Amino acid sequence: MEPSIESFRDSELALALVKKIKQHQVEQACLMEFCGSHTASILKYGLRNLIPAGIEMLSGPGCPVCVITQTDIDRAIALAQTPDLILCTFGDMLRVPGTDSSLQQSRAEGCDIRMVYSTLDALNIAEQNPKRPVVFLGVGFETTAPTVAASITMAHSRKLKNYSVFSLLKNCPPVMKALIEGGKIRINGIICPGHVSAIIGSRPYESIASEYGIACVVTGFEPVDILMAVDMLLAQIVRGKPLVENAYGRGVSPQGNLIAQELLTAVFEMRTIGWRGVGDVAGSGYQIREQYQNYDAEYLFKIKVGPSKEPAGCMCGDILRGIIRPPECPLFGKVCLPERPAGPCMVSGEGACASYYTYRDSARSVR
Amino acid sequence: MTERILMAHGSGGKLSHELITRCFVGRLANQWLSRQDDAACIDVGNSRFAFTTDSYVVSPLVFPGGNIGKLAVCGTVNDLAVSGAVPQYLSLAFILEEGLPFDVLEGIVESIRSVAEEASVHIVTGDTKVVPFGKADGLFINTAGVGHILAGINVSGDNVRAGDAIIISGSIGDHGMAIMAQREGLRFEGALSSDCAPLNGLISAMLQACPDIHCMRDPTRGGVATTLNEIASQSQVGMFIEAESVPVQPAVRALSEILGIDPLYIANEGKVLVFAPAAAANDLLKTMRSHKYGRDATIIGKVTDTNAGQVVLRSKLGTSHVLAMLAGDILPRIC
Repeated sequence: MEPSIESFRDSELALALVKKIKQHQVEQACLMEFCGSHTASILKYGLRNLIPAGIEMLSGPGCPVCVITQTDIDRAIALAQTPDLILCTFGDMLRVPGTDSSLQQSRAEGCDIRMVYSTLDALNIAEQNPKRPVVFLGVGFETTAPTVAASITMAHSRKLKNYSVFSLLKNCPPVMKALIEGGKIRINGIICPGHVSAIIGSRPYESIASEYGIACVVTGFEPVDILMAVDMLLAQIVRGKPLVENAYGRGVSPQGNLIAQELLTAVFEMRTIGWRGVGDVAGSGYQIREQYQNYDAEYLFKIKVGPSKEPAGCMCGDILRGIIRPPECPLFGKVCLPERPAGPCMVSGEGACASYYTYRDSARSVR
Repeated sequence: MTERILMAHGSGGKLSHELITRCFVGRLANQWLSRQDDAACIDVGNSRFAFTTDSYVVSPLVFPGGNIGKLAVCGTVNDLAVSGAVPQYLSLAFILEEGLPFDVLEGIVESIRSVAEEASVHIVTGDTKVVPFGKADGLFINTAGVGHILAGINVSGDNVRAGDAIIISGSIGDHGMAIMAQREGLRFEGALSSDCAPLNGLISAMLQACPDIHCMRDPTRGGVATTLNEIASQSQVGMFIEAESVPVQPAVRALSEILGIDPLYIANEGKVLVFAPAAAANDLLKTMRSHKYGRDATIIGKVTDTNAGQVVLRSKLGTSHVLAMLAGDILPRIC
């Protein structure tokens, strides 16, 4: 029988791993969890409080909503305001504040913006509204990109003329390298993203271990997964031999999902794209190939926006690079709250600020 | 930028509270409304009555475990029952969209008849309006309900005390997840069915077994987490919840894992949260478990005299964090 998800939340197993982590006797180490879902799980289960204080855990830029630049958010909002156009988006994007508005504000002002769960929903909307342009707002990493690619090939085979994608899709390994090369943070080990690696496999991280000497472990999202990764990273640090290990065998293979990769290559080519906080990163954006340009909203619609401005005082950029933690931002928990986010990291469930706020420690201990 | 009503103002979370405070409670303040309980308690002659109103805008109109009509009756009955009242009379007002098939409407009214019979309430007045095609989502229902409050019963959101046991009458998240799965066409193995049910029978038995219940509330929009926060704030007490003890059905658990949504924030339509003196908790549980709508009743935590206004959730690993109120809309994750 396959182990159930509950076995990866088993407290005995988790506490045994905590004991093992302590036995490495590493006094100081800085680990970064790249992925926002890892951050959420670490905070939800209070894992920071279980491991030794000297093991620092930094949140990385692994929240697809958070890393979109202000200009790209403004472009999405401008696109939604195109007369007659239906913009389909995943829910998280609705609340991200742009320079002057947000998608949810635009929807309240009458724009036709629909929350979908899948690109297939967007295709169906396009089929049901043949006279109106339907654009899917492509936000996400390698995990999401194949489903977007599939929607384009399906639109092509269904001969849908009114469906297109505004691709803000990104891939992760280049930005990991950009962060390391930026030199502002010194990381000893990376907890590599689980869902992303299910698509790309564990191999793309090999150069991070070999070229930059940083330990890498791919893992899942349950407390036992994450503690296992911490244990393996510390063991690598003690041995002084950084490499890529996989603690997520149930979801990730070295080569990844080849069918998804083929689809990605068929539909997209890599380009430079801007990341909030990090800037332009070469080869980190998925651009729709010329062959499919009739499905490329950037090609079809001339999206023009004025100068973009990030929210005053918002430190999402520094938070995404791991330079500061969310509570160090002066807006955190004061002006910037989940119900009224100033910056994108407070919006999504995968945003570091939202996780820090949602799973904050109680003011006093409970009797 | 004109400030406008957003969908998130209807989520039952913090933005809904801000909307109510900003637009209604201040301007319309009086001794009844300002309490912000599920129903107002009003004195008529020597009798006390609970009086409530609610609107139902659910899509789809028919879902596994119920439909908008059953929901309207149950929701209104439950708001009265958790106020310690015996629900008696309901009004129903229908806003119908042009083009609604008669058989859909008649099916809904038939379940209204059936559930009103089960709950022993009478639909004593009503209204219908028809709006043009596209101006309503099939049909909307507004209700009002009245019931008399039994002597010696004093349940209220500001009545909870340190040491009280916190009980839930069964598994959480069933209604919201059934609706979400149905609405989005998420085909899912296993039984996802709304828990929509009239709870006045269960609650009446509970009040007989333990007249000293301090507070009851049905955790609808915003889920258990939001309701606990509302009461912690109203009563100025802390609360301590054991995550492991909160009952969640496997299918609800599975879908919430897939969507990245916490069942503690999902709506329930046939559950009641109860705050009662710890000494009475075991007898109360026994009574609840002998009733069909309380079979899985269980203690999920306790009220504390620390952390006033705050709910703390302890995980399986022994770590804990604040369990916040729902902020805005519940949105599935991207990644």
